[in-house]
Amino acid sequence: MSVKLHALYSDSYVDIGQYRDQHFKGQLGEQEKLLKQSHTLYVGNLSFYTTEEQVHELFSKSGDVKRIIIGLDKVKKTACGFCFVEYYTRADAENAMRFINGTRLDDRIIRTDWDAGFKEGRQYGRGKSGGQVRDEYRQDYDPARGGYGKLAQHRTTEALNSF
Amino acid sequence: MSLMWESMSARLLPEKLTVYTTLVGLLNARNYNFGGEFVEAMIRQLKETLKNNFYNEAVYLVRFLSDLVNCHVIAAPSMVAMFENFVSVTQEEDVPQVRSDWFVYVVLSCLPWVGKELYEKKDVEMDRLLSQIEGYLQRRVKTHVSMLQVWTAEKPHPQEEYLDCLWAQIQKLKKDRWQERHILRPYIAFDSVLCEALQHNLPPFTPPGHMPDAQYPMPRVVFRIFDYTDAPEGPVMPGSHSVERFVIEENLHCIIKTHWKERKTCAAQLLSYPGKNKIPLNYHIVEVIFGELFQLPSPPHIDVMYTTLLIELCKLQPGSLPQVLAQATEMLYMRLDSMNTGCMDRLINWFSHHLSNFQFRWSWDDWADCLSTDQEKPKPKFVKEVLEKCMRLSYHQRIVDLVPATFSALIPAEPVFRYKYADESAASLPGYAISITVGNAIKNRASNEEILTILKEVPNPNQEDDDDEGETFNPLKIDVFLQTLLHLAAKSFSHSFSALGKFHEILKTLTDSDEGKLHILKVVYEVWKNHPQMIAVLVDKMIRTQIVDCAAVANWLFSQDMAHEFSRLFIWEILHSTIRKMNKHVQKIQKELEEAKDKLEKQQHKRVSHGDDEDMDKNSEDEEGQLEEQIERLQEKVESAQSEQKNLFLVIFQRFIMLMTEHLVRCETGSVDISTPWYKNCIERLQQIFLMHHVTIQQYMGTLENLLFTAELDHHILAVYQQFCALQL
Repeated sequence: MSVKLHALYSDSYVDIGQYRDQHFKGQLGEQEKLLKQSHTLYVGNLSFYTTEEQVHELFSKSGDVKRIIIGLDKVKKTACGFCFVEYYTRADAENAMRFINGTRLDDRIIRTDWDAGFKEGRQYGRGKSGGQVRDEYRQDYDPARGGYGKLAQHRTTEALNSF
Repeated sequence: MSLMWESMSARLLPEKLTVYTTLVGLLNARNYNFGGEFVEAMIRQLKETLKNNFYNEAVYLVRFLSDLVNCHVIAAPSMVAMFENFVSVTQEEDVPQVRSDWFVYVVLSCLPWVGKELYEKKDVEMDRLLSQIEGYLQRRVKTHVSMLQVWTAEKPHPQEEYLDCLWAQIQKLKKDRWQERHILRPYIAFDSVLCEALQHNLPPFTPPGHMPDAQYPMPRVVFRIFDYTDAPEGPVMPGSHSVERFVIEENLHCIIKTHWKERKTCAAQLLSYPGKNKIPLNYHIVEVIFGELFQLPSPPHIDVMYTTLLIELCKLQPGSLPQVLAQATEMLYMRLDSMNTGCMDRLINWFSHHLSNFQFRWSWDDWADCLSTDQEKPKPKFVKEVLEKCMRLSYHQRIVDLVPATFSALIPAEPVFRYKYADESAASLPGYAISITVGNAIKNRASNEEILTILKEVPNPNQEDDDDEGETFNPLKIDVFLQTLLHLAAKSFSHSFSALGKFHEILKTLTDSDEGKLHILKVVYEVWKNHPQMIAVLVDKMIRTQIVDCAAVANWLFSQDMAHEFSRLFIWEILHSTIRKMNKHVQKIQKELEEAKDKLEKQQHKRVSHGDDEDMDKNSEDEEGQLEEQIERLQEKVESAQSEQKNLFLVIFQRFIMLMTEHLVRCETGSVDISTPWYKNCIERLQQIFLMHHVTIQQYMGTLENLLFTAELDHHILAVYQQFCALQL
């Protein structure tokens, strides 16, 4: 009965997701606590060419944006397809989770998730090649994210070299 | 019992009302006491909601009660008695019109559900009731209506005041002898059981008296865009005065109200509306959604929700809904000439955001008619603003490639920086040499003192002598520094914000005076006039870091230099954002004051209860003293902030009055019609200030009436103020 009642007050788009930052420094349960209070969103699946201006325009639709930090390739220091969006209020961030998550920016469906809060260093991709981890291993060709995944690119290069 | 009540709470799923009333009816037939308890619980709930100003909830409670008459839980005569008590509110004197409006609305809105039953049992009393309502509706003042209408034109669909429309619908229902076939009534199937049940009498219910802090719902206008001619195939749309139309719209609004946070569920619930095969459901849904989006003063929910909801609906019905949406967009475009400016803003934002989710695909050629008229007219203006917003969500070349070549005049400018001191062709300008020095200094990470020293060399065009002691306003100094700085930081928003932060001290020094603040805004506009989005974020940052204040921004927007941009959307976005920041600032300090006061109270209670402990006493007194000091400081801060807020509104209204008076006088002397596109935009922008910030403005009504909106004012301008006042009557 209580489960059904809960469904009447449902707000599932605002729930925290499964992802936990492995580099998070803090006690057990602290990350969850921060996520539940956070005003900051992680935004993924951006094109490498998506600009801060475009992000600002879209995310301003749910409230005043405090700052945007574009994610960078650790080596090249160029955009590598993610960013953080911080709002002044939790309520505005929640509306972004409800109404901007899963819609398109720069023709791509973007994904937003709660973030425990920006810290220096977190603006860099953590993949071996400098970009995001997901771009290391993916098999598909995505022209807006550097083409093939890095592993696939290496294999291709190796194959060509050994020929 | 309370669990039952919670799970069936008609407040939450009012569109399923008749299912729940049937259930209560069957339970009552089995157990008379249950029925009695339930009705009592509902009456208590009703009293609570009315006490707490939850008028929209209360409507559903009363509707639930009235449907319980159909389920033989409540005796018809006692329901009629309750309605009579409600309608007697119209006899009260010296109460706001919105109060008696609400009680009349509640009664009328229940009649589609229970009219038939009540008339069968008590037709004489019901006739008297309706006659009283009719008399009231005829006496009502309707000054407020024009301020709430989405279009100024009566054709093709008049936008009726909501009570007038509902009255017409009930009249028609009565003429049809209360035959209502749309509402699903499960209790009919159980009639043989229910008619055996014992009914309860509602206790006499006196409507709570009027309290000065009561917040009755605002009046509204019924939004109509479709009629029976618009759905080409399939079921016909019920007429505008049919009660079916009312019930469908009510239920669809309820579904949105219940599920707005869950867009997939909301879309699914809308599309599975019971009885959907007998009505052109997609048309109703689109009409209801746009009705909410364009509602004045503001939509019930955040604008972006409607965009995303429509996208979900398109996903679920890809073969039919996009076409209806396109049809609606066409119709809205065709009627732009008479559309309220504030509503047009929302249409621009919705349409551009929607397109950005569908690769900006649109048949722009269909709108080629906008190319042949003056660009200040609504249609080309609309297309221009849409293309600008589309560009912000993509990039300039995309827009160029997107539209036919014939539309090139409406394409936004490429958002590039305009640097006055760019190259040697600027060598003759007075600030040129220093701009290079300053630029190098900044690049070489010179200190603030070093830069200020360099800037001392900038001659002051406002002064005769070279004596530059003191902080006299030097526009050239501001120009040279800011242009150079912003040029170096032009790459992105982050670069520019970083620059403003790094040189905050210098900027504060340069803008110490009101003229300084005004000039800095002027320079920002000069360099970034092709990139209104950048102007807006820089102005926002400068307010938040107190480089400029809100009044300076208002004065700048209304200045002669900005007159040619007056009808552009970005101007009003900046102004409203500025007002909102001011309001939030005041609220924040008020909250701090309240919290400090609460803390003091708690502290005092603690001291009283630990009266014997001497040490505690001393610490407590110290803390209390500190708190009292803090409260005094906060009190001053609140007063100062409120004063600044009042001043901001005074500046804005004053400027409006000046501009409009000028225009009216000029037209009169030239014997020209006052209704230019500029004037329509101006008057509606003034209305928008009132509507969007009515809660704050209410506090300053006295000052506004005494200082600005006096009887001497031109009646065209005064009318706006009077319409606004009428909203609260």
